[in-house]
Amino acid sequence: MVQKIDTLIESASQTAGPYVHIGLMPTYAGNGGSFETEVGTDPIAGKIEGEIIEIVGSVFDGTGWALRDVLIESWQCDANGLFPGQDGADPNFTGFCRFAADAETGEYTLRTVKPGSYTGRNGVESAPHISLWIVSRGINIGLNTRIYFSDCDNSGDPLLGRIEQRPRVDTLIARKTDDGRYRFDIRLQGEGETVFLDI
Amino acid sequence: MSEHAIPDHGRLIPRDRTVHPAPRDPEYKTSVTRSPNLPLLSMESSPSEETGPTFGHGLLGKLDNNLILNFSQGAAPALGERILMHGRVLDQDGRAVPNTLVEIWQANAGGRYRHKKDTYFAPLDPNFGGCGRTITDENGYYEFMTIRPGAYPWPNRGNDWRPMHIHASVFGHSFGQRLITQMYFEGDPLIDHCPIAATIKDRASLDRLVAPLDFSKSRPLDYLAYKFDIVLRGRRQTMFENKLEGM
Repeated sequence: MVQKIDTLIESASQTAGPYVHIGLMPTYAGNGGSFETEVGTDPIAGKIEGEIIEIVGSVFDGTGWALRDVLIESWQCDANGLFPGQDGADPNFTGFCRFAADAETGEYTLRTVKPGSYTGRNGVESAPHISLWIVSRGINIGLNTRIYFSDCDNSGDPLLGRIEQRPRVDTLIARKTDDGRYRFDIRLQGEGETVFLDI
Repeated sequence: MSEHAIPDHGRLIPRDRTVHPAPRDPEYKTSVTRSPNLPLLSMESSPSEETGPTFGHGLLGKLDNNLILNFSQGAAPALGERILMHGRVLDQDGRAVPNTLVEIWQANAGGRYRHKKDTYFAPLDPNFGGCGRTITDENGYYEFMTIRPGAYPWPNRGNDWRPMHIHASVFGHSFGQRLITQMYFEGDPLIDHCPIAATIKDRASLDRLVAPLDFSKSRPLDYLAYKFDIVLRGRRQTMFENKLEGM
């Protein structure tokens, strides 16, 4: 016998299922009015510093079909690299957005501010990025990934530097299509599979 | 670039993925094409995962945690077996997670969701929407009044049924703690036949999602109670944490 470790075990994930929008995006599900204010509808709550951008993309399954029922959440720092709640962070930026693929086209749009870079532990600088959490029917545990930007210097980023197969780095980089507009497709499996994170 | 140091609350404890479902499970057919084939990239958490959105109690409407009344704005109660779903949100260190948003959604008493894509022929209840939310108190405690959802069939294998369940979404205090799970009900025979429940290969882990009947919270002549505690990832904090690697 040894001493007992009293750390608790994390509750198991279960799929968000096909009706996740009922709970998290009632208006999208056709149940507008369920809550007076829904969370995550817009990360920009007023006049903010920085460049407002739109990121458009789809989430493709292993057959190349764009998911129509996927729900995504994003979390990021503001244009100056400060997270909401941190001293000096932009008071009109919540950092959080919740959005869904269009039920007809399977395309999502994220409208937010372009994040700044920040310095993490041991003085290591992270390139600007947005964290994503992806859930849907058939996804048994939410998938974490990140959006980086094709017009930023990503060379020193500690996470991108950990990707052994260098071509896979591109799966995390949003491609600039126009001023303030980017394309970021997510491939759940197969050719061009997005790098997902255990982080 | 920011001149302000990001407050350091400690790294997140890495996920033990053996207690979670297998991402790909052929018995749950949709998971086959929606699960990564390649290994996840494992990294220690960074500020992006160690911070997260916060929501104030001011967000909540008075009936947001009462699914029996919230869809009709209190005008008429939903049909079904009245229950209290309650419990605590804790982290792996056993600490309460206070002031965190808990959102739930569920089918009505007949097993039908109020969703444009649910076409099951159990009728909609005009007084039941099926979503609720609350924020945990200073002890990490939450509660919902609702009705017990019905079981329902779904297209997967030839004859699959979901056990009675309530979906729960929890934030915690950092984006890396984000979790969606489902609460099952003690004694439901369908749990052992459900391919979604069976995506969890560790039986003890599945058992922790089954809420026991809790007479200590049940109100005589009114409702039964089911207790559902939710455990989120904890944070690693040791005296050695801030030293240079190898020192």
